[in-house]
Amino acid sequence: MAVSDVIRRTTAVATKDPAPDKPPSRFRQAMPQYVAVSPFFILFAVFGAFPVLFSIYLSFHSWDGIGAMKWVGLEQYSYLLSDPAFWDAITNTLIIWVLSTVPMLLLALVIANALHNATTFRGFYRVAYFLPNVTSVVAMTMVFGSIFSNNFGLLNAFLQSIGLNKIEWLSQPWGIKIAIATIVTWRWVGYNAIIFLAGLQAISADIYEAAKVDGASSSQTFWRITVPMLRPVILFTAVTSTIGGLQIFTESRVLFGDTENIGGPGGAGTTIVSYLYQSAFIKNQFGYGAAIGWALFILIVLFSIINWRLIGGNDDERITKRAARRARRRIAEQNARRSTGVPERNSERKEPADVG
Amino acid sequence: MSVERIRTVVGHVVLMLGVVVSIFPFYWMLVMASNTTPDIFAYPPKLLVGSHLFENMGRVLDNIDFFGAMLLTLIASLGVTVLVLFFDSLAAFAFAKYEFPGRNLLFGLLLATFMIPSQLSLVPQFVTLAEFGWIGSLKALIIPGAANAFGIFWMRQYAKGAIPDELISAAKVDGAGFFRQYRTVGLPVLRPGLAFLGIFTFINVWNDYLWPLIVMTDPNKLTLQVALDQLNGIYGTDYSMVMAGALMSVIPLIGVFIIGGRHFIADLAAGAMKF
Repeated sequence: MAVSDVIRRTTAVATKDPAPDKPPSRFRQAMPQYVAVSPFFILFAVFGAFPVLFSIYLSFHSWDGIGAMKWVGLEQYSYLLSDPAFWDAITNTLIIWVLSTVPMLLLALVIANALHNATTFRGFYRVAYFLPNVTSVVAMTMVFGSIFSNNFGLLNAFLQSIGLNKIEWLSQPWGIKIAIATIVTWRWVGYNAIIFLAGLQAISADIYEAAKVDGASSSQTFWRITVPMLRPVILFTAVTSTIGGLQIFTESRVLFGDTENIGGPGGAGTTIVSYLYQSAFIKNQFGYGAAIGWALFILIVLFSIINWRLIGGNDDERITKRAARRARRRIAEQNARRSTGVPERNSERKEPADVG
Repeated sequence: MSVERIRTVVGHVVLMLGVVVSIFPFYWMLVMASNTTPDIFAYPPKLLVGSHLFENMGRVLDNIDFFGAMLLTLIASLGVTVLVLFFDSLAAFAFAKYEFPGRNLLFGLLLATFMIPSQLSLVPQFVTLAEFGWIGSLKALIIPGAANAFGIFWMRQYAKGAIPDELISAAKVDGAGFFRQYRTVGLPVLRPGLAFLGIFTFINVWNDYLWPLIVMTDPNKLTLQVALDQLNGIYGTDYSMVMAGALMSVIPLIGVFIIGGRHFIADLAAGAMKF
């Protein structure tokens, strides 16, 4: 059928060939391609770009969503900076982010390493590890909510059975944060492990072979070869977990609902997005909600840059510089030793200090 | 036993422990959904699957319009998935295989939109949709997500490698226009990539919570996630019923994942490696 289509099309095109003396412009020729890419740009203009610009405008106003907008200039932002609840939300978010991201990426690295070495059951492991990530956050948060429950939770039953005291996980500031971080970690460890695994598989076996020949121990191989070679993948997971971590919302909303304290007792689980949601959609402070959105955006950009500088960026240059610095210092030390006669051992002890 | 063998065994023990942790919450959900609420509150708690599963599921159906919510979620997820597959693959085909003025600029622009977090414009997006009169309707769930930068980026990477230039040249010689080239050359080759993007999109829309929570304001037209959250909010202490609802909401998704899972995971990882 396709072939006959093509033939029919050929004859159709041949009959309406454009005038040979006037070739169509490059833009006219590319019309179909512009049409092909246009849906995304049109949708983005309407539901992406316009709202972004509108949110700037909105953040300079006070508006309850129904009445007239009132121009307030920079008041929303100055209020934001002095609003203790907003700063608490940032602190909560960052604590939950650290509590979830650090164990998540470390565990993922361990699992990916084990998966890489395993030759059997690989398909089974992958599906089992990935399952938490594809199931609904709402449903699984409800399950974890019951596991962490203050009175009848499985975790407290376990603590009791081994003779420890119950902990009021969902009432205490740290308990709340640990509960939320646990849900996030549980959902994303497998995902990150799969990504790390792909990175591991991309490292050539020759490098490991060479390290083996040189007599490198397995921990040396891991820290000196695997981790540096994985750096681009680690950067990817770090950036995505940062962006995801700063936007945590569902876990705390489902655990605590639309109560006066949206983040549970004392608002210990109120994240930046919970605070945005509460301000805009519960208290109907649309202008303030828009301002919080901008604060969130700035934070995400800031943290992405920090990640980039720490893990990726102009690394080769930095490493060479550091190596050059170290070499220069060692030469200087040797020279100093030669002139003062300090014994060898001292220089060894100084070694770690010059790494920084 | 050799050192090598011991390491393999230790590796599997570590991995199995991880699997237990990954799977346990699902098991626990089933335990709670199949026991009575007093059983769940007892000490020591019941650790085995009980016999009240269907009774608990029945109570879910009595209390919320579960199948209504599921149908609505299914329509939204399928709607977004079909549109995303079409628009994204069409755009990706053009970006990957054709030279046209401004192509790199447009693609750069597309990548730049990755930087914008969806929550930044949550409030104005809501206001925009309210102006359109879309609040509470399926349009609010489907149209804004009908094409996305991630999908186009991912499909473009896929199309670059998968579609041979010779095929396109041959189609051109045969006089096929751009859209016919897309249909006869692009689509068949892109099919595995479309399978991944389709599952990915479907799962994301199915699980989305914040956006439907804001735009689906009609209590008779809620998505599954929001309906489930309401069930939890109203009958929060009736664990066995709430968990039966959670279980019912998760089953279709696990089905989709198990069917397309193996390829899906490999494709997702490959996509991440391209960044």
